[in-house]
Parts: sequence; C-alpha cells; structure tokens
Amino acid sequence: SVNPDLGSERQTASFCVERLTALLDGGAEQTRIRRAVVEAIESDPVFSRENQYFQTQNERYEAAVMKAVHLQKKMHEMGWTENGPEYKYIYRALSGDVAFLLHRVFMRSISVLGSDRQIAKWIPLATQHKLIGSYAQTELGHGTYLQGLETTAVFDTATQEFILNTPKISAMKWWPGDMGRSATHTVVFAQLYIHGKCYGIHPFIVQIRSLQDHSLCPGVTAGDIGPKMNFEHIDNGYLLLKNVRIPRENMLSKFCEVRPDGTYVRQGSQQINYFTMTSVRISLISDEVLTPLQKACTIAIRYSVVRRQSKLKPGEQEAKILDYQTQQEKLLPQLAAAYAFHFTNDYLQELFDKGYREIQRKNFDMLPELHALSSGFKAMITQHCTAGVEICLRACGGHGYSLLSGLPSLYTKILASCIYEGENTILLLQTARFLIKCFMAASAGQPVPPSVTYLAAVKHGKCPAKNKLDFLSPDIYTEAYQHVAVRLTSSTAAKLQDLIQSGVKKHDAWNQCTVQLVQAAKAHCHYIAVKNFAETVEKLETKAGIQKIMKHLCDLFALHGIFSNTGAFLHDGYTSAAQMDMVTAAYLDLLAVIRKDAVPLVDAFDFTDKSLNSALGSYDGQVYQRLYEWAQKSPTNQQMSPAYERYLKPLLHNTLSKL
Amino acid sequence: AAAMSVNADLRRERAAATFQPELLTHILDGGPERTRRRKEIEALVLNDPDFQHEDLNFLSRSQRYEQAIRKSSLMVMKLREYGIADPEEIYWFKSFVHRGRPEPLDLHLGMFLPTLLTQATPEQQDRFFMPAWNLEIIGTYAQTEMGHGTHLRGLETTATYDPSTQEFILNSPTVTSIKWWPGGLGKTSNHAIVLAQLYTQGQCKGLHAFIVPIRQLGTHEPLPGITVGDIGPKFGYDEMDNGYLKMDNFRIPRENMLMKYAQVEPDGTYVKPVSDKLTYGTMVFIRSLIVGDSARSLSRACTIAIRYSAVRHQSELKPGEPEPQILDYQTQQYKLFPLLATAYAFHFVGAYIKDTYHRINGDISKGDLSELPELHALTAGLKAFTSWTANAGIEECRMACGGHGYSRCSGIPDIYVTFTPSCTYEGENTVMMLQTARFLMKSYTQVTSGQQVSGMVSYLNDLSRQRIQPQHVAARTVTVRINDPTSLVEAYKSRAARLVESAAKNLQAELAHRKSKEDAWNRTSVDLVRASEAHCHYVVVKLFTAKLAEVGDAAVRAVLTELCLLYALFGISRNAGDFLQAGILSSAQITQVNQQVKELLAVIRPNAVALVDSFDFHDVHLGSVLGRYDGNVYENMFEWAKKSPLNKTQVHESFHKHLKPMQAKL
Repeated sequence: SVNPDLGSERQTASFCVERLTALLDGGAEQTRIRRAVVEAIESDPVFSRENQYFQTQNERYEAAVMKAVHLQKKMHEMGWTENGPEYKYIYRALSGDVAFLLHRVFMRSISVLGSDRQIAKWIPLATQHKLIGSYAQTELGHGTYLQGLETTAVFDTATQEFILNTPKISAMKWWPGDMGRSATHTVVFAQLYIHGKCYGIHPFIVQIRSLQDHSLCPGVTAGDIGPKMNFEHIDNGYLLLKNVRIPRENMLSKFCEVRPDGTYVRQGSQQINYFTMTSVRISLISDEVLTPLQKACTIAIRYSVVRRQSKLKPGEQEAKILDYQTQQEKLLPQLAAAYAFHFTNDYLQELFDKGYREIQRKNFDMLPELHALSSGFKAMITQHCTAGVEICLRACGGHGYSLLSGLPSLYTKILASCIYEGENTILLLQTARFLIKCFMAASAGQPVPPSVTYLAAVKHGKCPAKNKLDFLSPDIYTEAYQHVAVRLTSSTAAKLQDLIQSGVKKHDAWNQCTVQLVQAAKAHCHYIAVKNFAETVEKLETKAGIQKIMKHLCDLFALHGIFSNTGAFLHDGYTSAAQMDMVTAAYLDLLAVIRKDAVPLVDAFDFTDKSLNSALGSYDGQVYQRLYEWAQKSPTNQQMSPAYERYLKPLLHNTLSKL
Repeated sequence: AAAMSVNADLRRERAAATFQPELLTHILDGGPERTRRRKEIEALVLNDPDFQHEDLNFLSRSQRYEQAIRKSSLMVMKLREYGIADPEEIYWFKSFVHRGRPEPLDLHLGMFLPTLLTQATPEQQDRFFMPAWNLEIIGTYAQTEMGHGTHLRGLETTATYDPSTQEFILNSPTVTSIKWWPGGLGKTSNHAIVLAQLYTQGQCKGLHAFIVPIRQLGTHEPLPGITVGDIGPKFGYDEMDNGYLKMDNFRIPRENMLMKYAQVEPDGTYVKPVSDKLTYGTMVFIRSLIVGDSARSLSRACTIAIRYSAVRHQSELKPGEPEPQILDYQTQQYKLFPLLATAYAFHFVGAYIKDTYHRINGDISKGDLSELPELHALTAGLKAFTSWTANAGIEECRMACGGHGYSRCSGIPDIYVTFTPSCTYEGENTVMMLQTARFLMKSYTQVTSGQQVSGMVSYLNDLSRQRIQPQHVAARTVTVRINDPTSLVEAYKSRAARLVESAAKNLQAELAHRKSKEDAWNRTSVDLVRASEAHCHYVVVKLFTAKLAEVGDAAVRAVLTELCLLYALFGISRNAGDFLQAGILSSAQITQVNQQVKELLAVIRPNAVALVDSFDFHDVHLGSVLGRYDGNVYENMFEWAKKSPLNKTQVHESFHKHLKPMQAKL
C-alpha cells in the first residue's frame, strides 16, 4: 500500500502526469515501447540489480559479463535489433550495469576510421562476438591532449608489419574499459614512425588475448587498474606493449594509409573525426547525465515528503521536510534543471541531426558551431547535474549516505562524466575560443553562426523590470542572461587584445585570461539553455496543465541562476540592487508554488522501483520498512562476524585488565 | 617499490620556495615542541609492525572491519602501555593507527566512557566504568532513530518504569523508532547507552539515557528481546559497523538509568534535574573538532592535488615547448589555490575555537556561563560553514586530478566519503546555520531596542548608530583597500551587517503578514541561512587576519599574508553580488578584485608545493599514490594496480563461465 504522506501528494497534481511522461519520451508510442523494454528486462532475473550494493568488485564484474552475454540472447528472443526502436531503451533499462560497452566503441571506431575492406573484415567478427573489442587511447601520463601520447608504432618494410611499443611507464595505456580482463582486441592509438619520421597519432587494431584460452599474447602485459569510485562492474585496464607486431593491414586507414614501400598517403577530410567527438558528447548527456539527476530528484523528493522532522507549528505533527523552505531551495532547482536540460538535449539533438544531414552532403559549415555547443554543454550539463545529484544526496541526511538509498552510486557514477570525453575546463575553453572568434567576426560585421548572432547586437540598456512579477517574464530574464553573456565575452576579448597589444605573447595572454574565458563560456551556455527552455514552453500544448507547470519550472531555472550568481547580473548596473531583491522574492515565491507539484513532477520521469534501486525512493513510499528489510540482507548480517572469534573475544575477555 | 629519488619537478619546486616549511608546520602544530611530539607519536605507530596491513582499497568490507577492530584493540593496549593520556596525543595516535578513518571503538571511547563520567552516579560508575575502561564492556551511544535525527524530541523509543519489579521496560514501538546508525552497534558492542522517552506513573518525562546490555557476555549473542545488526553498506565508513537496535519489552534494572541529574525513585517518583547547561559545552567541543577536521581533510586533498599537479604534464602553453606542469595553467591554480588558502584559514579558526572553548570551560567551572550562548551559536554556524566548504573543496581537488583522481589510488575518494557525513552528523548543517541565525536575530533585536551586544556580533551595534539614516546600514561608503586584509575584514563586516539586517526585516515583514512565528521563520529561512553564512565568513576572514600579527618569521608572514588576501578576495569575487548590492564595492572595484585574485595566483604559485609540505602529512597517513612526497606517481600506480583483486589470476574465471560458452555458440 502507498504511504499516505506520498499518496496525498499525488491527489493534488495540477497537470496530467501521463501526458508529461509522453512529452518527455517524445510521444505516447515511445512511452509504450520504453515500458515494454523495461518490463522485459526487469522481469528477467539475470538482469536483477537487487544485490548490487552488497557485491565485491569481482562479483560485480562477473555479473556484468554474464548480463552482456545474456543480453545477446534476450535481444534475439525479443526480436530487438541495433537499428530498432527498442534499442535505445535497453541501456536505460539495465541502468548501464552491463559489460562490453567499449565493444560498441571498438566497432564504431572501425566503421568511422576503417577502410571498406577493414570494415568488411572486422565488423562481422565483432557483431558475432567472435572477438571482444576495446578502445585504447588514454595513457597513464596523457589524457585530453592527444598529440602528447607516447605509444609508438614503427613500420617495418621488411616484414610489412608495425612494431608497437610502450617506451616508458607513462606511455602505458590506462583506463580503457573492458580491457583489464575481457577484451581480445583493442584499437590502440600510437605515434606512427616510418623510416625514422614521426607522422603523428594513428589507430591500430591489436590483438591482446588469445582467442583459444584468453591468455595474453606474447609481448602484451594487461590487467585491471584497480578499484575506483564506481564502475566496479567494468574492468578498466592497463596495457603495456613490448615489440608487438601487427600486419600492415591493421592500421585503420580510411584517412591515412601506409603503402607497402612505406609511402604515407593522406586521403579525404579528417573533419569527420570532430563530428564523432561531437556525437559522443551529445549522446552521453541523456543516459549518463540526465537519467542520474532525474533518479536522484525522484529519490530525494519522494523521501522528503515521507520524512518528517521537527515541527513547523506547535502542537501539530512533525512537518514533512519538503515543507521547509531550505529543503525546497535545495531540491526544486535541481528538479527544474533536470527538465531544462532535457529540453537542451532535444535542442542539441536536433542541431546534430541537421549537421549530420549537411555533412552527408559534404557541407562542413556547421561543424565549428556544433563542436562549440556540444563541448560547452557537455561541460555545463555534467557539472550542473553532478552537483545536483550531490545536493540530493546530502538533502537526504544520514540515510542518503547509506548505499541502500541508491544516491551514493548515482553520484559516484555521474561524476566521472565531468572527466571522460573531454575534461570540462578544457571543453569550456574550446567553446570560449569559438566565442571569441565569433565575437571578433561579428564586431567586424562578418556573418556568424545562428547561436552567436546575439554577440553582435550589443545593447547598453538596463533591466526594465519594475516589480517582482516582471521577473516571471521570459523576455526579461532571457535578456538579462544575454546581457551577461555578451558582457563577459566582450570584456574578455578586450582584455586579450590589450594584453597582446602590450606585447604579451598570444599563448601567455590566453592563459592569463582563461579564468574569465571559462566564465564567458558558461554564461553563453546558460543563456542558450534558458532561452531554449523559454521557447520550448511557448510551443507546448496548453491542455492538461502541462504548459503552466513547465513555465513555472522555466522561471525557477532562470531565477535560480540569477539568485546564485547575483554578482554577474549586478555588475555594470544592468540589474539594480532593488531589482535583485525582486528576483529573490520572485524566486522564493516560486518554490512554494512548485512544491505542490514536486511529487507528480518526479513521477513523470517514470522510473520503476527496480531501476531506482533505492530504499528511500520507491513509488509506495514505504521507506523505513524497506530500509530495515534490505539492511538485514547485508552480508554483514548473514554470517557471524569472523572478527568476533579472532579479535573481539580475546579483547572482551580481559586482555586489558591485566595492564 | 624500491626507494626512488625524488621526482625532479618536485625537487625544483621545493628549492624555489621563499620560506622554510618547518616554521609554518610549527605554527600549525602550536609550537616546535608540539611538532616534535607529534612526529614522535607518528613514528611510534608507523614503525610498529603490528599496525601494518594490506592496502585497504583491495579489501572487502568485512575484511576492513576486521582490520580495524584488530588495530583498535592493539591501539587501546599500546596507548596505556606508552602512557599516552593527553587528549590531543591520543587523537594523534588514533589518527595514525587508523589513518584518519573511523574505527569501531570510536563511540565506546568518544561517547560511552565520557557519558558515564558525566552522567552516571558514583554507584553507576563503580559498576560500569572500570569494566568499560578494561573493555569487558564495549558500549555505544544509541540516539538517532530510523525516522528521527536532529529533532531529538521526536524520538520514539520508550522506557516505561515498572515499580513492581523496579525495572524499566524498553520498547521500539514502530519501525521508525528502531535505533539506526550508531557506530559500533552492529557487531562490536555488548552495551549501549540508549536514549528513550521515559514514562513513569503514566506520564512522559521526556528523553533520558539508559545503559542497556545488548549482547551476552561470553558468547556475544544478542540477548532475548534484542534485535541488533549492521545497517548495511554505506558510501564510506567501511570499517565502522553502524548498527540497528530494536527492543521488545526488554527489561533493565532501575539502576541502569543514568541518574546523576534526573532520577526515578523506586516507587516511580520522578525527580527533575537541575538545569544543565553543561551539555552545551560538550556540543561546542565536538563541533570545534569538526572545524579542525574540515581543515585537515581539505589540507590532505590539497596536498595530493597540488603535488600531483606539479608532477603531471599536459598539453602545451607555448607552441613547440615541452608539455608544461598542469599547475602552470591559470585555471588549475584558480581551482586549487583558493582551497589551499581556505585550508589554512580553517586551521586557524579550529585552533581559535579550541582555545576559546578551553578558556570558557575554565569560566564555566567557576560558574560563569555568560559567553557560552554566543560560542554555542558561533560554533554551530562555523561547523556548517567549514564542513560545507571543505566538502565541496575536497571534490574540487579530486576533479582537478582528472581521471586519476577517480581511482581509489588517488586517496581523495576515501577522504571525501569519510568526511562528507560531517555535514550531517552532530547537527545537520542547515539546522546549524539556522541556530546561528536565531542568535543573530536575537542580537539584532537587542540592538534595535537600544542595547549593546558584544563579541563577534558587536558590529551590529553600528546599526543603531545608522538608524537615523533611512538607507541600508551598509550603504555608507566604506573605503576598501583591496590589498589590506584589515580593510577587507571591514568589507566582510558590512556585508554581514547588511544581510543580517535584510533577513531581520524580511522576517518582520513576514510576521506582519502571517499567522504564526514558525511560518514566518520558515518563509525567511533561505535569507537567514545567507545571513549566517555571511557572519561566519566574516569571522573566518577576521580570525585569519588576526593570526598574521602573531607570526614572527617575516618570510612565513609574507606567504600567509598572500594566502589571507587570496582567501578574502576570492570570497568577494565569488559573492560579488552581495558586495555590489549593498554598495560596499563598486563594479570597478569588483573588476580590480578579480584581477588581484589572478595576480595572487601567480604570486603563490612558486610556494604552492612548500605550502602543502608544511601540512606535514606522512605518506602513510595521506594514503595516496598521486600525492606521494617523492612524486614518483606513475611507477607506483602500476605497482598498486597489480594488486587489484581482479588481477588475482591471469585469466579471470568469468572467461570460462560466460565468455567461452558464448563464443562457442555463435
């Protein structure tokens, strides 16, 4: 039965939950397919995550391998294919708890970087799992900066082979998933040498384990890199190569080829590589970043209406903690962000699809903008959502700290997203580089891509708001965000120019401005996110209360951003001190409004209890009962502690009283 | 790994420092003699083969608990053997043995024994204290329940007096009343001090403490009527058996109620305690420890991140040149140096509270309680302020180490998961901030009614002088000199005054509109928390600045002054809105502040490694491959990884179980 404290929250929803779920899914039909996939996966005991919190690293790894193998069977059984509509929901339904994710990256890199002949040879083998692939780029001493990689591949004309080597310890491949224990093959990125000349980084297919008995190939040292904050189920690995020879045909050669005599040939445009990075950055936002924040909000908000603490009014029952303004101020902005970024993701996806169509027509004009937006938003969204999950965790007090709440593992998993696929600070600086370039171009009257045309229209007005209700007008706050983005970009551009004109070298000037550049890039992304949310709300159906509640969330998202960064908006007097008080008042009023719909808003994310895997966040709100039952399943309670016989008993029996 | 020479980058960094790190270490320890003694105790533990063990990262939770309990028992014996009795020295010893982690006897030593000392009658002390001292009795302190934490009056466990047998009957009437979280309760303890609602003669007399045996001496089996166990896996605290306790009509003799203050007589008559402000003192003490812990945990994370950033090379700053140390990037400095400054600031705040506590404690024993309310209010806020900041700071340090920070070998994940509960325990931070706010509001009311207030809130007195003017108090022009810490203290003071006043006025406005005080308070609580934060921030800047005058060595004073300025200016930069809105600083001045922050980063850069060396963490205590003193990071990461549980066999068994059958079928 549903806990009445949670049940009553659902009685008063101002909108139709099912309608909102369909909106999030992109249509009721999509909702139906998603639910069917989730149901099929969750009803299969092999995919259960029930004991996950009690398992060791070895057990987690083994379970993930088992699930990966079973998934092949399941897909076959259900008639799901990689191109079918169900495919994208499988990962979500598994909560990512499955091995061989890098196998897909292995296949994709061959498809993108390989010649037709290489694709014909390797892709069928990989599809049938005759081999298991990985993708080895990062090294112990080198991450984001690819040119710095130290692994070498020397071409030997005599045998028509490449000789691969790890010349020193910092050159060891480090972190690639599935490589520590599972992979038989991997794509290795190495500096290519022909006749003593270095041609830069190239990809090579290298077999690392025997297909017979899985033992390591001669010259290969590989293993697991040891425990991490999360991803216990993945065998992130290291790889050390010593004179490992591979045939000439194993260099992926869509863009560059080494001829038998050692001639190096470059062919086609490499720009497609940028496009691959862009596609990866956009594709991770939904499953790896938004889902965890939505889950965390679901858990924290449901728990906050079940948990009662202290009294708001003397003589009354203890209050639900969600009725405290401070608790609302922690959680509701995270909820608003989860929605805001959902729509940002739609926007990026749309832009990406358009770019993809253009690229197929050999038009690469959209690439710089796409690259800048995907980098900036990857950084902004991962950072925001990671912080959001942590806020949810801490908002659940002591119980949030238990693994059984589900929150610690959501947090430790999402926070890796701030680092992989481009470290966030570096990505923001890439966006900033684009902004500065466009700002200069716009100032000189040249055309710039659509997302940055606003940089040309510098206005020196003041915020026109007269009372707090004015701040619920999207025009007012969007304009304020725009003003800040323009100011930060233009002032940084001016600073850069000043420095260069005063004789500072270009790269030094850049480094001296990076803190400001990062702020400008963030302001740009924040502006686009607010603007996009406001524009999306405009277009929503007015029926079933959907538009109204989304408008509230949009306002909250925008005002929270101003409230937590008042300095940027007050600077140069665009917003006055009195207006800032209005922002605060409007913002705090909104909390109380959204509070009423908080539970329906997380219900709309439509996570099953199994996928939340949380004692605090279940749909029925039976928090304490579940926590108690789960705790009893802990291995620490299943057996008599060996520590008792060994250490406690002698201790309790007076070892000390002799002292 | 064999002894290796120190990494060349780190050697260069250390040679370039402008001050002697040992001198700064002495300041942090409280004098060269304290440093010497600390290192002596450290050596005692680190050279003791009994305290060696495998890297905890590779052990399961049960194994970690087992190691911890093994070391704890040895620790108690050795402490007595060596005659170490000074509380700070015990703290050091314990912290070296457990490398800064919690241990299963924490609650026994830190709560059970002290509670017996302060709340047991002499007769009870005779019965329980010596057995507990000798660890025949191991106890814990069971207060928090599954459904109830900070709000003590809401606890549901009952102790009903039965005069016919002269016993208390203990019950956990609901699921939410199950005791949940007490450390050492799950597996270790055989007794617990249980907090329960006392019922006698049909009346509830509120919360009282009872000594409850929970496990059979000898067999360690739970007693009939007692359900006890471990609450399961957590984010951290693997070595601690946080437990649950459910009692069903469990009877204990009347003499097991701690009766130094309140009493229940044999016939059930309840005797009220004389008012007991002393518990305030204990809370102040524990919160002062958390402030110190914030400083230490953040210092450890900074040590790791800064050393690693001096060893790690990446990308290029200048075309054609070798990859630079990542510490040379402005963005990296901007992440780490303000945190380094914060760690120093919090060290001095922790020391100040400890000293003040000891001073006031002297006054208390003389019966002077006048300073206690302010100290109590102040430490609540500072506990929250420092633990929130350190919590976020540790994560920033980890993030600044990129991918390798995410590996457990960096040591930062462990620091984080061990530290983060301090935002919750001993008073949830938001609740703490609101306690400080309550004191601030009270002081504000006193000032507006014409009284003077003293101590850290005395700046509120200025408000009454400004009263004749219609504008905001802080709207008066303060001439802020951004290179002068004393002047920055004034700026922070104005900000605090402004936010306290604004919260007070909003509270009054709400009170005018709403029905109840509680409602108005709730609707102002976001403002109130901001006011408390501003107050605490002011106190930290003030104490850091005051510390500078005490530093004798000119070189050390210079570098601490730079850190102090960075701390203060970075705080202004981050909270620019407050200073702008109140008219304390102009936009032009904020731009100067931002610029000055960046210039200070470059100034501090050459001393960064020496500044973390001064924290003087031993490698064993630091527990980090990335933060090693010798900087030989990569070689040791490889050595470390080889010991991973997944690498125990050459071919993992799942190959034969799952992979091979799949490949055969396809």
